[in-house]
Amino acid sequence: MADTVVGATPDQHASGDDPNRRDFIHIAAGAAAVGAVAGLAWPLIDQMNPAGDTLALASIEFDLGKVEPGQQVVVKWRGKPLFVRNRTAAEIAAAVKDDHADLRDPQTDESRHKPGKPEWLVLIGTCTHLGCVPTFGGGEYGGWFCPCHGSVYDTSGRIRKGPAPRNLDVPDYAFLSDTKIKVG
Amino acid sequence: MSGHSTYEPKTGFERWLDTRLPIIRFMKDTALDFPTPKNLNYWWTFGGILALMLGIQIVTGVVLAMHYIPNAAMAFDSVERIRRDVNYGWLIQFMHANGASMFFLAVYVHMFRNLYYGSYKAPREVLWILGCVIYLLMMATAFLGYVLPWGQMSFHGAVVITNLLGALPVVGPAITKLLWGGFAVDNPTLNRFFSLHYLMPFVIAGVVILHIWALHVPGNNNPTGVNVKSPKDTVPFHPYYTVKDGFAISVFLLMYGVFVFYMPDSLGDAINYVPANPLQTPPEIVPEWYLLPFYAILRAVPDKLMGVLLMFSAIAVLFVLPWLDTSKVRSMRYRPTARLYLAIFLLACLVLGYCGAHPPDQAIVGEPSGFILMDSDINSITWLSRIGALYYFAYFLLVMPILGLTEKPLPVPESISEPVLSHPAGAPAGATASPEKRG
Repeated sequence: MADTVVGATPDQHASGDDPNRRDFIHIAAGAAAVGAVAGLAWPLIDQMNPAGDTLALASIEFDLGKVEPGQQVVVKWRGKPLFVRNRTAAEIAAAVKDDHADLRDPQTDESRHKPGKPEWLVLIGTCTHLGCVPTFGGGEYGGWFCPCHGSVYDTSGRIRKGPAPRNLDVPDYAFLSDTKIKVG
Repeated sequence: MSGHSTYEPKTGFERWLDTRLPIIRFMKDTALDFPTPKNLNYWWTFGGILALMLGIQIVTGVVLAMHYIPNAAMAFDSVERIRRDVNYGWLIQFMHANGASMFFLAVYVHMFRNLYYGSYKAPREVLWILGCVIYLLMMATAFLGYVLPWGQMSFHGAVVITNLLGALPVVGPAITKLLWGGFAVDNPTLNRFFSLHYLMPFVIAGVVILHIWALHVPGNNNPTGVNVKSPKDTVPFHPYYTVKDGFAISVFLLMYGVFVFYMPDSLGDAINYVPANPLQTPPEIVPEWYLLPFYAILRAVPDKLMGVLLMFSAIAVLFVLPWLDTSKVRSMRYRPTARLYLAIFLLACLVLGYCGAHPPDQAIVGEPSGFILMDSDINSITWLSRIGALYYFAYFLLVMPILGLTEKPLPVPESISEPVLSHPAGAPAGATASPEKRG
């Protein structure tokens, strides 16, 4: 073997011979490898999304009878606090009065409660800034105040001041009867 | 690697191994004989300190993982059990928790050393960028780790930080949901944070190896910023810098020990001794001290997305630093004006840190002025943060490019040896061999 001269015999597969077939194999093999990796990557990413059992726990029922006028009850829904508020007439009036004030995220009070049920305000209790839980009764608009970065919400849960970009979110919910709601 | 290998295998076994895996040769060339500038001062010992801290964090962390339970219902109690019941658990847990702070302290010194001596400049840009990657990974690791005890600050800190990513348009909500594994920070979040917190230090260790590799190609910078011109400018790493690093490490460990043994909770937040309650946010969300300046930048901006982007930019700008600095002179020893601006920059970082620890509406001195500008009182932490943040960015984006072109630096010595040899005391010609003459 020692006297074998490199390059003495013409390479059967040297480029120029039939470059298209060789290129095709390279590209096809490369594409298959990339496709396989991408196909495997998705399960590895998607496994982080909410699992089936987490999604199954996604809706709750709540009995409104427990909440007196002027009170707020906080229940846990999807790992987050849910504010269920029985508003007083004065609070509703204050919210309606500001419907056309200078709002960052303009919404009428009417669009934030179910028709004919202005006293019941159901909100996801996380500040739309960075997710802290606002406390009721703080701030100058009679609604909520977020202790983290000072966002102020009014009695309709609309953002009035501070860094939060949106009003407190209203979850999907429905009245099952006059005193019972289903959230989610 | 620079220089020739001087390793000569002595025993039969060493010769046998050297032709198969020349690991002894590699270690000798890179860790013992490596030619190092002879004028390195104590600011250069922080690399060694950092390597040690990474080691301590990994060892204590692996031990803690033997006792910790990554479950939302049990995590808090398992950490308390480690502290109270596990043999020496108190020591290991305090070493780990305070070790994170010491790690950041050392990395900040290390980074300011770079800023002062211009170590990020050519040909060490990749070295600097790898350092920035390590810093970024450290912040991610520290955040993940802080969530694990599942106290009030752990939980709501996780809520706030993951919500930061929710500020991104279009993809934001999908990303937060993906991170949470649910609709809020909950048990799945804790599980994956534990997994990733365990993984990250090894990723860091990998980048550290690249960092050291990138260091060993051009070799160390030095306090004069002048390139090594001849072997006379260097000494072997061992014993000169193993001993110097060893002494610095001992002093650093003493300070670390004071925290671990005498004030283990002084750097943490008392509210984290309250178990996580998703329905109630603590009165104030404050990150650990080492993240406070970035937190202040985040809060300085009234707009959520802009605040988030500015905070990430504060870290991103570090990556392009080598191209922002236009000065031909590396070391600020010879740049008196630059030194002044750097001192103000350090002050700005400390001010931002102070701002991050205090409520945004709080007055800086006395009573609020009543004069509102851009949604905030002039005399408020918010405005102090804005001024601090403004200087932070101005330093990198204006001062560095402009000053390098306009300033008049002092004369730079010809070589590392020159300032020593031309000293009035008149060092002998053989000074290079006398370690006690090193500045």
